Amino acid sequence: MNSFANTPHSKPLETDRRMVKVSARDVCVRYGDKLALKHVDLDMECNQVTALIGPSGCGKSTFLRCINRMNDLIEGASVSGSLMLDGQDIYDRELDPVLLRARVGMVFQKPNPFPKSIYENVAYGPRIHGMANTRDELDEIVMTSLEKAGLLAEVKDRLEESGTGLSGGQQQRLCIARAIAVSPEVILMDEPCSALDPIATAKVEELIDELRQNFTIVIVTHSMQQAARVSQKTAFFHLGELIEVGETEEMFTTPRHSLTQGYITGRFG
Amino acid sequence: MTEMSQTVTAPTDAAARKARQDARLRKRHAAERRFRALGIASIIIALTFLGLLFTTIIGKGYTAFMQSHLTLEVYFDPAEIDPAGTRDPQALATANYIALARQSLQDLFPEATSRNDRRQMNALLSVGADLELRRMVEANPEIIGTTQRVVLPASADVDMVVKGHIGRDAVEGGRVSQQQLDWIAHLEAQDMLALQFNTRFFTAGDSREPELAGIKGAVMGSFYAMLVTVALSFPLGVATAIYLEEFAPKNRWTDLIEVNINNLAAVPSIVFGLLGLAVFLQFFNLPRSAPLVGGLVLTLMSLPTIIIASRAALKAVPPSIRQAATGLGASKLQVVLHHVLPLAMPGILTGTIIALAQALGETAPLLMIGMVAFVVDIPGGPFDPATALPVQIFLWADAPERAFVERTSAAIIVLLGFLAVMNIVAIILRKKFERRW
Ligand SMILES: Nc1ncnc2c1ncn2[C@@H]1O[C@H](COP(=O)(O)OP(=O)(O)OP(=O)(O)O)[C@@H](O)[C@H]1O
Ligand SMILES: [Mg+2]
Repeated sequence: MNSFANTPHSKPLETDRRMVKVSARDVCVRYGDKLALKHVDLDMECNQVTALIGPSGCGKSTFLRCINRMNDLIEGASVSGSLMLDGQDIYDRELDPVLLRARVGMVFQKPNPFPKSIYENVAYGPRIHGMANTRDELDEIVMTSLEKAGLLAEVKDRLEESGTGLSGGQQQRLCIARAIAVSPEVILMDEPCSALDPIATAKVEELIDELRQNFTIVIVTHSMQQAARVSQKTAFFHLGELIEVGETEEMFTTPRHSLTQGYITGRFG
Repeated sequence: MTEMSQTVTAPTDAAARKARQDARLRKRHAAERRFRALGIASIIIALTFLGLLFTTIIGKGYTAFMQSHLTLEVYFDPAEIDPAGTRDPQALATANYIALARQSLQDLFPEATSRNDRRQMNALLSVGADLELRRMVEANPEIIGTTQRVVLPASADVDMVVKGHIGRDAVEGGRVSQQQLDWIAHLEAQDMLALQFNTRFFTAGDSREPELAGIKGAVMGSFYAMLVTVALSFPLGVATAIYLEEFAPKNRWTDLIEVNINNLAAVPSIVFGLLGLAVFLQFFNLPRSAPLVGGLVLTLMSLPTIIIASRAALKAVPPSIRQAATGLGASKLQVVLHHVLPLAMPGILTGTIIALAQALGETAPLLMIGMVAFVVDIPGGPFDPATALPVQIFLWADAPERAFVERTSAAIIVLLGFLAVMNIVAIILRKKFERRW
């Protein structure tokens, strides 16, 4: 499984440009008694970047974590409603969250490489999922992943050095390489550029645009410019509710809802 | 001061504010200086006591590492050892060897003829000389009938005189008579009585005779007990900590368990000894005085410490590492074994070694399970009766002979040496496993 484009899950681009990959219906999330996410309906399509925007605390991360069941780890969090991945219920009792997370990868706000070598960081996922039978296959996966994450040129001479020794931007791209090494179908990114400088941010954004060819991407961002640059679809959250969703261009030029308009223009000054 | 209208009042205002600021600053600096002085004072006090402890113990104990020995020309008289001339091992084993050494002393001091004189002369030699000579003959029966130069242990009283713990002038009712003191002076002048390195202290078991007593029995007892403790408490403690920290649901029961574990860490050690007595000896009928039981009791004692230290180490692993691994599709056990545990290892090892060092120095619970018996033989396994090093110290500290005082201190030096080594190992392990994240 070295060529991502040929994996059974990511189908050719043209035929299903509008194919829904993940669909949320009436999703509510509670932390204890507190309702953090209220009746969200949202479709995320194949080979598109969906941006989630909204003020702090509106539930963007919460929604993102629903998609790969990372909320399971949070004490007292409960999810209701239905979430479908390729028509399969994500919260189905039969579905092993471990397998789900191999199909839905995640990149976190703060770069969090393992305190192991760069090679081991990328090789870990393929190894636990038994994706490589020989060392050569594993090498190949690691190299292609680093290549796709745009990091190979910078690190190819120091694969045995610790991943934590890289710069912040390099670490984040290492985390992206680590996520794509398991050939997921969907990649969730929670403010992946918030700890990066503009140059590193530009690199990651470029990368996201390229990854779109093979993956479905959902990205949380606080930067309007970033949402406008990288996404095809934007969803605006406010106080746990999904206020508005639409094509990114449309959304930024003619927002329908006054809250959306306020948020977007407020941000632009 | 940006507004023009305030420029008139500004100077006085500013001056007053500056004065107030200066006063506050002075106070702050004074407080800091006071705190620093207090800190330095407390460190000095602590170091003084530590220095005092070490100087007294080492000052009292170092002499035990040297022991007075007599160098004598001994004639291995066939008439005494093997009158029948059969070289029968049975006969060789039961012969009166000390008589040979006494005879060579008699040759040195022909003036000692009366019963009392000869008794005093014989008292210069340790009774251990008997065993020494017998071993020589058993190893090599050829020497029977020859004269050999032999180094034999002197008695504890002679040793005390040589080391200066007993005065060179006889006192009324003292342990050493003037006659004996004269002999000692004569032997020393002839280079026949001198201090040598005390190997016996490290190779012998306990003995009623101070000059023959060694710590090996106690060290081996401690070793077997610690072996049992390490083998049980490390895996049990770490597994418990992992379960409680990573897998157990957080509810009333786990809270209760946590409170109990924390309480157990504070239970006096003698209570664990009583528990061991009731459970291991009386219920399970395990052998009394055995290092196995000592190890079991010490396991009970060190478990809470290991669990608490391990949980703290696990908790200190940043959640981002868990999230990263979980997000890649690692199962809970994989997350723990591949990522969390290796990162927590330095903390876990440090906690374990500190708990084990505590267990090594523990005396009270071992008294309860009978590891306080007088055991001469060196234990060959965890089931043989034995004492432990701290118990040996306790036993010797109780002995009336002057010669046991230095042995007590010497045994303490050895124990402190082991503890220091363990702590150094803990530091090295921590440095070795330490990782940045
Ligand atoms: N683990 C948690 N336990 C309890 N409440 C939580 C938890 N995580 C989030 N919340 C609450 O849920 C709401 C949504 O939080 P969420 O983290 O999804 O916001 P967000 O949109 O990602 O904000 P930000 O942009 O600041 O990251 C907030 O009100 C927050 O207080
Ligand atoms: Mg967030």
